[in-house]
Amino acid sequence: MCFYFIGNTPPVSLPLVTENMPSNISIQVSGLARHFGNKTALNDVSFDVAKGELFGFIGPDGAGKTTLFRILTSLLLPDAGSATVEGLDVVKDYKKLREILGYMPGRFSLYQDLSVEENLRFFAGIFRTTPEANYDLVKDIYSQIEPFRKRKAGKLSGGMKQKLALSCALIHKPEVLVLDEPTTGVDAVSRIEFWEMLARLRSSGITIVVSTPYMDEASRCDRVALIQNGGIMSIDTPAAIRKNFGRALWAVKADDAYRLLADLRRFKAGRSAFPFGEYIHLVPDDERLKPAEIESYLQALGHSHISVRQIEPSIEDCFMEMMKDSE
Amino acid sequence: MKGFIIKEFYHIFRDVRSMLVLFGMPVIQVLLFGFALSTEVKNAPVAIIDHSNDQVTRAITTKLLSSGFFILSDQVPGEAHMEEVFRHGRVKEIIVFESDFAKKLEKDKQAGIQVIADASDPNTANLLVNYTSGIIYDYQQEYLKGFTIPVTVSAQSQMMYNPDLKSVFMFVPGVITILLMLITAMMTSISIAREKEMGTMEILLVSPMRPIQVIAGKVLPYVVLAFANALTILLLSYFVLGMPVKGSLVLLLAESMLFIIMALSLGIFISTVSKSQQMAMMLSMFALMLPTILLSGFIFPIENMPVPLQVISNVMPPRWFIIIVKSIMIKGLGFQYIWKETLIIAGMALFFIALSIKKFKIRLE
Repeated sequence: MCFYFIGNTPPVSLPLVTENMPSNISIQVSGLARHFGNKTALNDVSFDVAKGELFGFIGPDGAGKTTLFRILTSLLLPDAGSATVEGLDVVKDYKKLREILGYMPGRFSLYQDLSVEENLRFFAGIFRTTPEANYDLVKDIYSQIEPFRKRKAGKLSGGMKQKLALSCALIHKPEVLVLDEPTTGVDAVSRIEFWEMLARLRSSGITIVVSTPYMDEASRCDRVALIQNGGIMSIDTPAAIRKNFGRALWAVKADDAYRLLADLRRFKAGRSAFPFGEYIHLVPDDERLKPAEIESYLQALGHSHISVRQIEPSIEDCFMEMMKDSE
Repeated sequence: MKGFIIKEFYHIFRDVRSMLVLFGMPVIQVLLFGFALSTEVKNAPVAIIDHSNDQVTRAITTKLLSSGFFILSDQVPGEAHMEEVFRHGRVKEIIVFESDFAKKLEKDKQAGIQVIADASDPNTANLLVNYTSGIIYDYQQEYLKGFTIPVTVSAQSQMMYNPDLKSVFMFVPGVITILLMLITAMMTSISIAREKEMGTMEILLVSPMRPIQVIAGKVLPYVVLAFANALTILLLSYFVLGMPVKGSLVLLLAESMLFIIMALSLGIFISTVSKSQQMAMMLSMFALMLPTILLSGFIFPIENMPVPLQVISNVMPPRWFIIIVKSIMIKGLGFQYIWKETLIIAGMALFFIALSIKKFKIRLE
């Protein structure tokens, strides 16, 4: 789209808007809003997801992830704004949209009284296909649970349920895969395995949108959107988000962790302090703050075994910092 | 579609509770209503106080006791102890013959029998007194033979369609109706609500399946099972309870099918307005079962109800189905006598099907 200015100003061409290049855009959302009663679940959410991208929504419970995904899968209507998936409007073209979507809801929605095999066959059936027809797509994942194919889904472990649910969401060869908190309630090993599976799926060209409350999973995505209170705080690659942290960060440890946190929060030179495992991450107001100054402040308060070291920010540090900013 | 129906059968056959409701309940209900819950009185304990003990009173006593309705209980020493005997609940009725019964009958052409019944259970008391009067009247007719009677008017009564006044005749149509209603409406509404509760409905919605396909897939297994149930109940009542099928069996089954479809569409409608299995069950139980039992004319005659309830009973589908079943099974009537009721049920079915297709949500809200 070009604008020409009459007069002395030379013609200026504005950057191309995404509408003009739909070919590599899979999901396009602009100004999406949704309320439940007087509670705002989503407020003016806009983003694009490229085809073949592994796109993550990171945010705590109640941030609006599930509402967003339900709008994307045509299960809920937005109050305002628009969303298209593969060029299909989530309100008007919901019938066509439902043909090309693979959706895994927050809870592993399987039939507990059907066996692994029967679940897969059923979900293939409602998309008018068979497990055999698209077996190569799910083989990688399904082969891991195939030894238990006669077992009832209700009797599977969390990790196996998750694999079965993913197989069921994939069995009809969807163009876009929408996974709502697939790793919640699953053990650490299965979580890692799951992200490896997503990485392999991504290389086969499927667009994947996934949400998670676990910040450490963000680095697995091509791009992430940090979402909080129904709004997106930042969208970027995980590396860029960390790079844009823009402040110094210190990991502090001492014997009395509880008192340490309280003292660091009272520290005048400190901007914020949050517990991360055994360490407390301290963001100073002034990045020139020296570690010796932190140590002497803590020593004066009688802390022992103090350790202070500078660290690289994680996505969670960035998230906390952004929340601090938005306050 | 095929996969959907197969899946639905898996759900039913793997759930013990569903199986019990589907196959245990019909048998238990029919047998319960057929044998245990009967309004007939058999072998009621009676006491007889005979102050004359002559050939007439002995003849009447024998006649009473051989009728099968009564068995002789305690000897009651005298009228003074009557209340005590009743209070202990040992007898249901006491018959007192006055003294010099035969003599008085001879001389005065009149003698008195006192019949005292325990009316804490009014139905039984009524029945017993009626049986007793009937037997005494019978004896009187025999006694009068050979006498020249001045003028007597006697009413000849005949119980059409159910000469023995068997209560089975009344219960079986009601039980068929209630069971079909319960199984079909409750089970479908629960099974649809379960999909919502388990979150699987979310996936079904985000699939190319049309609402009508989801509904049909849910309903068809229950059509088959409910029909099998109707057959079971009919077979049981025919062979075990001796209930006749005087009319056309084909017509009866066809009408049952229509009623099943009506109940199913009602079940779907319930599921579209309830969010959980619990709610679907409560709705089917209280919104359907109780009115079905109380207002359909199954237990309480509609004619005896206050006018507002009579009006409400018109919208109770079972009311019309009970009329149809009774007409076919007991009276042996053909379609020309029940087309009106059939039409009402068909109309109700259409109404609920239209309503549930309209109410079936293509989204989560």
